[in-house]
Amino acid sequence: MNSPLAEAEIAEAGRAPAVLEGRGLSYAHAGVGPIYDGVSLTVRRREIVALLGSSGCGKSTLLRVLAGLEKPAAGEVRFLGDALAEPHPRSALVFQQPSLLPWLNLAGNVGFGLDFAHQPKAAKAELAGRVAAAIEVVGLVGREAAYPSQLSGGMAQRAALARALARQPELLFADEPFSALDAITRAEMQALLVDVVHRWHSAVLLVTHDIDEAILVADRIVLMGGRPGRLVQEWTVDIPRPREDFPEAVSALRLAILAALRHSSQ
Amino acid sequence: MVANFLLPLAGLLAAALLWAVGAGWLASHTPVAASFAPAPAFEALLQLLQGRDLWTHVGISLQRVGIGLAIALVLGIPLGVLTGLSKWFSRTTTPLFQFARMISPLSWMPLAVMVLGVGDAPVYFLLAFAAVWPILLNTASGVAQLDPNWLLLARSLSATRSETILRVILPGITAHILTGVRLAIGIIWIVLVPAEMLGVSAGLGYFILDSRDRLAYSDLMAAILVIGFLGYLLDHAARSLHRRWLHA
Repeated sequence: MNSPLAEAEIAEAGRAPAVLEGRGLSYAHAGVGPIYDGVSLTVRRREIVALLGSSGCGKSTLLRVLAGLEKPAAGEVRFLGDALAEPHPRSALVFQQPSLLPWLNLAGNVGFGLDFAHQPKAAKAELAGRVAAAIEVVGLVGREAAYPSQLSGGMAQRAALARALARQPELLFADEPFSALDAITRAEMQALLVDVVHRWHSAVLLVTHDIDEAILVADRIVLMGGRPGRLVQEWTVDIPRPREDFPEAVSALRLAILAALRHSSQ
Repeated sequence: MVANFLLPLAGLLAAALLWAVGAGWLASHTPVAASFAPAPAFEALLQLLQGRDLWTHVGISLQRVGIGLAIALVLGIPLGVLTGLSKWFSRTTTPLFQFARMISPLSWMPLAVMVLGVGDAPVYFLLAFAAVWPILLNTASGVAQLDPNWLLLARSLSATRSETILRVILPGITAHILTGVRLAIGIIWIVLVPAEMLGVSAGLGYFILDSRDRLAYSDLMAAILVIGFLGYLLDHAARSLHRRWLHA
């Protein structure tokens, strides 16, 4: 199942510099034990990493710490080599809910925040171009003037993806971005995500509880489990895309992940 | 077409018919009541619309609505934001607010006149007191219902405090504030007429009492029609403002 092309890609990814490095991260809510302890995770340039785990295993709070939205109890996060104290301008977030601002139209939502004081300065025309390009790449051209209440769930999540892309992120944090969508729309969005980040040269850290989603989307899968949470096992996915065309390889990997899940919960 | 236009029209015509029948029955006992009937009322309305008096009263009443609403907004929005943000403040004030809200504003009338004197001030007080509760409570629930992801989004964009307030929080609660404004306008409009029956010499409430004293019952009925129509327009304006903001 290792095609020469896939191997070359992996070798390149192995050499690629790290965008995000978390080392020895621990996190605890006040009054309860640690949610996770001693977690280290690296995301390299243009790499799609799936952080897979059951609900409540701490993967979402790990994403928040890695994104700079919360402080870890111990450990450090580096983004492009620099210690991260607050969200980096070259990172962007996509949530489970599109969370579009209902008082702004699609173009306004996609461009939201690009002009904030702490964002990199750019001319108005350049920002408008970035918004237009992001809307085009998610396939919403012609909908720029529509308001969120006029968009379907799938279109709203495309808009949320475009909002993240307009920031030209080096790294896209995605927290279960498709789990609220129906199965058909979800499959479309998974394919779109892979296509878009390849064209945009972004890396992705995708938090998901869906094993199939992890296998179909990711270059590398990291399994989180146990209590307190830790990283249990890791797989490099070298199945060529589109992976739906390689059902044996996909189901073999799924069985391996399921086995690891069973061991980690024992 | 039928549902949007003809059915409401049929309802209004049926009400006018009942009005005519009732006035006719009343006039058969008390001849002077004949001027309560629809025909004299509309005749009086036509004359009043051509004159200047009615417009002056309407203008003064609308101005009072505006001032009362403005005072209620200035007090209600900050208090609502505080109630929505601070559990401590909310716990402290909720019983008090629920208590005060249930007191008919008109029961403050004697006290208001005693403290603020005769004139416009007690009317403003009564209107603002009536309108502040829906604005305060809706603002508070708007703050409580802000999507936490919007705030997370603002943080992920390293938004400054003023960017977060001006670009996320205030627009995020505007729909709720507009709901409060719509309810407030409805209450103000209802409280306005009795409030204008005390110690002022202009406005629609004054005009009602004045018509009664002049035994001009057709003018009185015309004023009732004007009050109903203006209230309908105000509510319609508030509704469409709300719709426009939400683009629904």
